[in-house]
This record gives sequence, C-alpha cells and structure tokens, in this order.
Amino acid sequence: MAFKWLGRLMLLLYAAIIAAPLYFVLISAFKPTTAFFADPLGWPQPLTLENFRALFEQQPMLRYFGNSALVTLGTVALDLLLGSLIAYAIVRFGGRIGAFFFALYAAGLIVPTQVNMLPLYALVRKLGWSDHLLGLVVVSVALFLPLTVFMLTGFMRSLSREVLEAGSIDGAGEWRLFARIAIPLSAPALSACATFLFVMSWNDLLMPLLLINGNSKLTLPLALMQFRGEYVTNYTTLLAGVILSAAPMLVLFLFLQRYFIAGMTAGAIKG
Amino acid sequence: MKNNRLKHKRVLWLFLLPGTLLYLFLFAYPTLSGLFYSFTDWDSVSPSYNMVGLDNYKDSFDSLVFRKTLLNNVKFMLSVVIVQTVVSLVLALLLSRNTRTRVFLRALYFLPAILSSVSVGLIWSFVYDPTIGMLNLGLRGAGLDGLAQNWIGDRRIALYAIAAVQVWAHAGQMMIVFIAGLQAIPGELYESARIDGGSRFQLFRKITWPLLAPSSAIVIAYTTIQSFKAFDLIFVMTDGGPNNATEILSTYIYHTAFGNYEFGLASAGSMIFLVVLAILTYLQFKALRTDRAF
Repeated sequence: MAFKWLGRLMLLLYAAIIAAPLYFVLISAFKPTTAFFADPLGWPQPLTLENFRALFEQQPMLRYFGNSALVTLGTVALDLLLGSLIAYAIVRFGGRIGAFFFALYAAGLIVPTQVNMLPLYALVRKLGWSDHLLGLVVVSVALFLPLTVFMLTGFMRSLSREVLEAGSIDGAGEWRLFARIAIPLSAPALSACATFLFVMSWNDLLMPLLLINGNSKLTLPLALMQFRGEYVTNYTTLLAGVILSAAPMLVLFLFLQRYFIAGMTAGAIKG
Repeated sequence: MKNNRLKHKRVLWLFLLPGTLLYLFLFAYPTLSGLFYSFTDWDSVSPSYNMVGLDNYKDSFDSLVFRKTLLNNVKFMLSVVIVQTVVSLVLALLLSRNTRTRVFLRALYFLPAILSSVSVGLIWSFVYDPTIGMLNLGLRGAGLDGLAQNWIGDRRIALYAIAAVQVWAHAGQMMIVFIAGLQAIPGELYESARIDGGSRFQLFRKITWPLLAPSSAIVIAYTTIQSFKAFDLIFVMTDGGPNNATEILSTYIYHTAFGNYEFGLASAGSMIFLVVLAILTYLQFKALRTDRAF
C-alpha cells in the first residue's frame, strides 16, 4: 500500500517537473512586461495578447513560418522519395550489392552533423548555396538520408518476398512493383519515418545556423535565437515567440499523439 | 525468364542513383574533406593554406581547453546517461499498465521531446534566471533561500544544470522504450512467481530486470551517443561559458572554426570526435547484438 502511494507521489512530482516550466512560459507570454516584472509567478492580470501582436508587428513572423514549412516539407518529401527508392533497390538486389549499399548508408549513421559541419559549410559556400533555402533543403535531405534508408530498408525486408516475386512473374516492371505494391505496404514505416523527419527538420538548429544568415531566410529556431538578442529584457515577447514556433508541432502532437510517440521512438532507436 | 530478371535488376540501379549521388556528394565527400582540412592550417577565410601534417592533432591534445572540453563531454555524458536511464526506467515501471491516466501521463512526459532544443534551451534559461526565474523564486518562496543558485552562470554547476535539462527533454522518450520492453514480458511469469511467494523486489530482480536487458541496452546506448554529441542546448543556454565550463566537443569545434578562425585545428577536433563516436557506436552494436532479442 505504502509502495503504491510512493509511486503515485513520484508520478505527480514528475508531472509537475514537466508541466511547471511550460506553465511558467505560458502565463508569462500572456502578461504585459511590466506585470511580469512585478510578479513573475502570478496569474496574468490583465490577460493580454500584446506580446504576440508585437512579434507579428516587429518581425516577419509569417515569412519565418513559411521558411520553416518550406524547408521541412521539402526535406521530408524528398527524403521519403529518395529513401524509399534506395531501400527498395537494396531489398530487391539483395546479395552482395544490397549489402554493400546498406553498409554505405549505415556507415553514415555514425557520422553526426556536428562532425560534418565544417566541411559542409566550406562546400556549400564554394557552391554558392549559402543563404538559399533550397540549398538548405538539399543538404538536409543528404543528412537525414542514412537514417531514412536504414528505417525503410528494415521494414521493406520484412515484406513478403512472395508478393513481390509473384508480381514480377506477372510481368510487372520494378517501377510498378515499387509504386503499386512496395509503397502501399510500407505505409506504417513511411508514416513513422515521416513523423520523425518532420520533427527533426522543423526543430533543426545546426544546419540553418551554418548555411543561413540573411534575415529573410531564417527558419523558426534561428529566428528565436535572433529574438533573444533583440528582446534581451523583454522576456514576455521572447516567450510568445517560443510558443508560436512550437504551436504547429503541439497541435499535431495533440491529434497524432500515437504516431508521434511511435515514430519518434522508432527513429531514435534505429538512429 | 532469366533475361527478364536481369533486365529488372538493371532498372534498380536507377532507383539507387539520385539518392546515392546526393549522399556521396553532400555526406561522404564532406567527411573525407574534413579529414583533409585537419592536416592544413586553413583559417576558413584566406584563399590559400599550408599542409601542416599532424600538428593540429598534437596542438589539440596539448591544449588545456581541448582537454577540459573532453573531460566536460565525459561528465555531461555520464550524468545524463545515469540519471536519464534511472528516471525513465522508474517512470516506465510505474506507467507500464494501460489505463487512461497512465496513457495521459505518458503523453505529458513525452511532450518535451517534440519541442525544438532552441525552445527548450530558452525556456530553461528563463526558468534558471537567478532573479526572475521560476526555480529560484520557488525556492525562495519555500524558504529555501540557501539553495537558490546562479544555475547556468556558476561554472561549478552549469554543466550539470544543462544535463538536467537534457534529461527533462528526453527521459519521456526513453520511458516509451522501456514500456515497450515491459509490455513484452509475459504476465504469467509474474503470476506464477507471485504464487510461489516472491516479493515485489524479487520479482523485479529475477524477472523484470533480466528480461528488460535488451531495452536497457537500447536506452543506454542511445543516450550515450545522443548526450555525447549534444550541441543545441549548450549553444543556446551558455554557449560554452562561463570560462569554458560547459564547452563540449561540438561547441568547441564551432567556436574554434567560426570564432577563432582556426578551421584546420577545428577539423582535427571533428576527426577526434568522429573516432570517439565510432568507438561508442561499435560498442552499441556489440551490446545490442549479444541480446537474443535482436
């Protein structure tokens, strides 16, 4: 009995540890700055949207959202397309060729962005892609490709060989087998992979930090870093920015909780 | 028939082509050119550079800052791995059954994992603020003034304060891995052991712990590598300061290349970083392979 209550107490305590900082941020963002400094922990009195309005007035917020959306959607879509093509070929080749390409991509899992950041920075500058959102997309696609290939190959290997063989005896070409059979059957793996890539790419700091410097090209995490410099003492506005940048992800999480938890955990383990 | 199959296979090369070209050009080639830069004295700005052999590696290991950086990496990694594994395991044990409250709590604990590390870093810089931060205000409100700290401004505790944030952000995710492992343990094992009069602790030690080994291996391996290559949180919260107290390899590489314009030296740092990661990954594969579950 005592054990049970100790357990409940710990769950409650941890819930508080998770929720308290988030609650603190939430109430602060809805307070006027003066009220915040008068009583940082108090309930917003009066409740105001002033901080959000200030952000939209003083910053090109919509553009930042657009930049992040463009980079994220482009990265996820291209990674899924290229990754599933490669995974399919690896599985269909099998044997030594399949093993070689699988090992080639698996080797990439060892090398994190942090190791590649200097040569990538130098290469992108040489190519003249610095400060182009499209350049950022292409580089991000390459960076996430090993993980995508790894996850999708693992799943496609489990697809029944007979289904594919039967299709190929029927005379269906590889393109048709890929599009009509392999892709639909891989839907669970593709959605898990998409969720994972979506979160990684929306939240990515390092690549944009290295490749983007122009004001109009900032993605949301970079924009937040810039706001921190601009709103040094204006915490409430900065926190409104934190909430805005996380809002799309939070809304998706609310509705697709199970996919998020499954997809991100699968991605983390495989990576 | 055979001919037909061969033709099929030839088409598969086209499937591999676009992604692999991209990967070789923007992933494999940069890694190799990083190795090349590490033998030069390039400053990232001038058009020319000299080959300096292994000097950058020698200078790295001779440098006090670099050695401190490596030590910080180990401290950060060990604290995150130990605390995160214990926290996520305890949470998983308490939440392994599927009830409504438990499913809700799992989602709440998982929530920080979907936030960007920039957001998490900003949120916690704010919570840790010595004067208007929630943590110190809370401690003072509870009459515990003595415990109030300059959490990320004090070089003795800053690294651990950030390690705590890392755990806050990712323990929920690791909890899910443990829950999946727990739910795969057949319930009959517990029932028969309970009939034989096993105590709660004995059940854990004799059944849960051994059968959970594959999940523990995953959590520990993943957390080790993830914490070793941390960058964002430290970059956002302290940027390596105060006085290099939170400088770790990734931020050191960034500062050396873009702050001090020592691109060659920083590249040597990257290669050392890569070697350590390769060793850690090798150990991870070995640990996971030995478990029958894989």
